[in-house]
Amino acid sequence: MKKRNYSLIIGLILTGIILIITIIGQFWTPYAVTGMDSLAKNQAPSLIHLMGTDNFGRDVFSRVMNGCGTTFFVALSTVAIGCFFGVIIGSLTGFYGGLLDEIVMRINDVLLSFPSVLLVLIFISFIGTGKYKIIIALGVMFIPSFARIVRSEVIRYKSQEFVRSAQVMGAGNLRIIFVHILPNTAVSLLTAAAIGFNNAVLAEASMSYLGLGVQPPDPSLGRMLSEAQAYIFTAPWYAIWPGVVIVLIILGFSQISEGLRAISD
Amino acid sequence: MKYFIKKIITLIITLLFISLLTFTAFSVIPGDAAISKLGVDASPEAIARVRAEYELDQPVMTRYVHWLEKALHGDFGQSYKYDTMTVTQLLKSRLPVTILLAVMSFVIIVVIALPLGMLSARFAGKWLDVLINQLTQITMAIPSFFLGIILTYVFGLVFKVFQPGGYVSMEEDMKGCIEYLILPAVAVALPKIAMVVKYLRNSVLSEMKKDYVRTAYSKGNSVNQVLYGHVLRNALIPVITFVAMVVAEILAGSLVIEQVFSIPGMGRLMITSISTRDYPVVQAAVLYITSIVVIINFLVDVLYQLADPRVRTA
Repeated sequence: MKKRNYSLIIGLILTGIILIITIIGQFWTPYAVTGMDSLAKNQAPSLIHLMGTDNFGRDVFSRVMNGCGTTFFVALSTVAIGCFFGVIIGSLTGFYGGLLDEIVMRINDVLLSFPSVLLVLIFISFIGTGKYKIIIALGVMFIPSFARIVRSEVIRYKSQEFVRSAQVMGAGNLRIIFVHILPNTAVSLLTAAAIGFNNAVLAEASMSYLGLGVQPPDPSLGRMLSEAQAYIFTAPWYAIWPGVVIVLIILGFSQISEGLRAISD
Repeated sequence: MKYFIKKIITLIITLLFISLLTFTAFSVIPGDAAISKLGVDASPEAIARVRAEYELDQPVMTRYVHWLEKALHGDFGQSYKYDTMTVTQLLKSRLPVTILLAVMSFVIIVVIALPLGMLSARFAGKWLDVLINQLTQITMAIPSFFLGIILTYVFGLVFKVFQPGGYVSMEEDMKGCIEYLILPAVAVALPKIAMVVKYLRNSVLSEMKKDYVRTAYSKGNSVNQVLYGHVLRNALIPVITFVAMVVAEILAGSLVIEQVFSIPGMGRLMITSISTRDYPVVQAAVLYITSIVVIINFLVDVLYQLADPRVRTA
């Protein structure tokens, strides 16, 4: 009897709900995202304002809906960058090996021994702050982890029968790498992408919280938290809701990656 | 012995590489430090004077050699922003706070994660293991700064035992300082506890499948005897390498958490320096933190090798 993959189901449902709310939030929100209402400052959550209002009387729920979009945008672009370059570097070094492989992997080892938040902080201090800069910083930081995974997979497959037969058929090396080997790495890549997505969400939120990530007027969950901190005793919901949403996003994706890992085992 | 020499040479090369990278990276940054110090309205002569004072008119490589020479003597030059303090003085006043915070979080992690990991492995598949697994899943998903805010709220407002922003310096009152750092340390530690528990559990479980465990059982040892007498020390070996990562993570985590609890450590210094373009400070801070991470990695490698001589030949 096949055991049901509850992690994957829970993760997909959770992520699906957040994604739907986020997509709606890009086109329609209950209140204007930056609309201030001086008569409704710091109001507790109610039916009128689901997550309460902040110190300017802005509706927290509307801001969270819209801010999730920034979070997803940053995280997805980051993973895309890391994955794209990681796959290219990893598959080439894994397939050809040699000195270049040795050098690239040594650099990878050094980079991987640093926590991503620290690396991003260092990177940001070089290139400056902003939404697109944080994407570049995070994306570059994620290349090594993807490269390493793809590399080890490529090494595992490159001496197997189906690659040999492709070679006998006269397929070129690039064709073998990208057409024959890479599709086999899909599950491990997806798992890595889910983990990378989580790291990206965390790092983006941390950087925006520190004021070094997404800059106003772009809404961001991390920056909402740092604004909310000053009002933690008068309007705790302003801090709690954006934080809870970050936690739910991460939880959803970590369940998905658990589920994917169960499949690949 | 050959192993150690090779390791030490790699360490020195890595450190040099990092210092070169930090230095050149900050040299090519757009934006003139002299202008950022004097403001855009400064006269060209004043700018030229400041540029000469900070050796900004020299070629990069000359400046690097000078800078490294001085840095090795503990002199990182003058901060652009804090006129009265050298970078070294600034770092010296900030570093101990961050280190204390990191040590406290590390202790919390070890004290909580080791027993939980062993319990989780001991009762693998039972309800206790499932419970611990679910808890760690959730704590891993909470960003430490959010956890910090929640802790401030709960202990500051609900229990009223914590005064946010009431940091006292170490020199003033060591006990008060440690008391203030407990909550930040917990906020840094909690997500990492989850990582260590998970890792230790898997390590113990894979050890349990080995032959010597069966032998130990067949000699009549109880589960606990096998677990603590035989398996634990072997299971801890891979955990040692993992600890290096955790220490680096703690450092990174405390950089962020310092902002949440307004603790005047390296992290706050670095973040304010980044936003005010105080590059000598950022440069030195980056060099310090990366060196600490690299050196800890080196120490763990050596420790790992001492704990398990098999890796030397590998």
